Amino acid sequence: MTFANEIPLLLLLLVTAAGAILVKDLMSAVLLLGSYSFTLSLVWAWLGAVDVAFVEAVVGAGLATVLFLLTLFGTAPKDTRLRRPPPSLTTLIVFPLLGVLLLYAANDLPGFGDPNSPASVHISPSYLEQSYQDTHTPNVVTSVLMDYRSLDTMVETVVIFTSGIACALLLRRQSK
Amino acid sequence: MVDALSAVFQRPNFLAFVVIFLWGFYIMVTRYNLVKKLIGMYLVQTSVIFFLVSISAKKGATVPVLLSTTEPVQAASYANPLPHVLTLTAIVVGVATTGVGLALCGAIYRKYGSLDEEKIIEKL
Repeated sequence: MTFANEIPLLLLLLVTAAGAILVKDLMSAVLLLGSYSFTLSLVWAWLGAVDVAFVEAVVGAGLATVLFLLTLFGTAPKDTRLRRPPPSLTTLIVFPLLGVLLLYAANDLPGFGDPNSPASVHISPSYLEQSYQDTHTPNVVTSVLMDYRSLDTMVETVVIFTSGIACALLLRRQSK
Repeated sequence: MVDALSAVFQRPNFLAFVVIFLWGFYIMVTRYNLVKKLIGMYLVQTSVIFFLVSISAKKGATVPVLLSTTEPVQAASYANPLPHVLTLTAIVVGVATTGVGLALCGAIYRKYGSLDEEKIIEKL
């Protein structure tokens, strides 16, 4: 995997993110956010994470955009503030400092695409090697999600159920 | 200094992650419109997930779906499946929390008639 093929996708990612941030009209910003999600799913498919790409294309680019649009239809679709006060001094100091610190830490990261990086040597080889004998599923992601870590997935549905209840309570019409 | 810069440019995924993460975080802190803040939050969430998925990639590896179910598996020829699983969960939970935030925005707009932070504070 060479990075040369990935750079245009990453540039497209940055451009759509910048569009979602900079556009004044919130409706256009939300649609640009949907295209950002879709570009992200393309990048993930390129990196070999097809399951994540599917979920992002369906849930991120589809469902999240629909939720944002429904909210905007019910509220004000324009950012009414034409001029913003300048950001405070703390913001101007903290964010560049955080960026420099994060980029400084890049030196200690394992190289992307390295098969011997710490994330890929501890337990993930045994998942890959034994999943078919254990679960009889060729898709390793499915077997880890639904078998080895099925309790995680079950508790995740509890989180989604809770957020669904919260949305229903918040959007309930007042009976009076 | 030169080492650090070359380390960054050998990892373009990490550079993209840092830019999107910090920009989204900055939007969350400085913008007054609540929907704009949620857009920033969504960017932060997806950028972190993007970083995790970038770690899982292996050079010359294919998607983590077994090509042959009878031969022994070479772990180096498939991408690391564990970050994929963890991020699947994170994406769905992230969109669910964004949905709760948007429902809160709708409730605030019905009560105060605006999504601008300062106008809401005036009416409190």
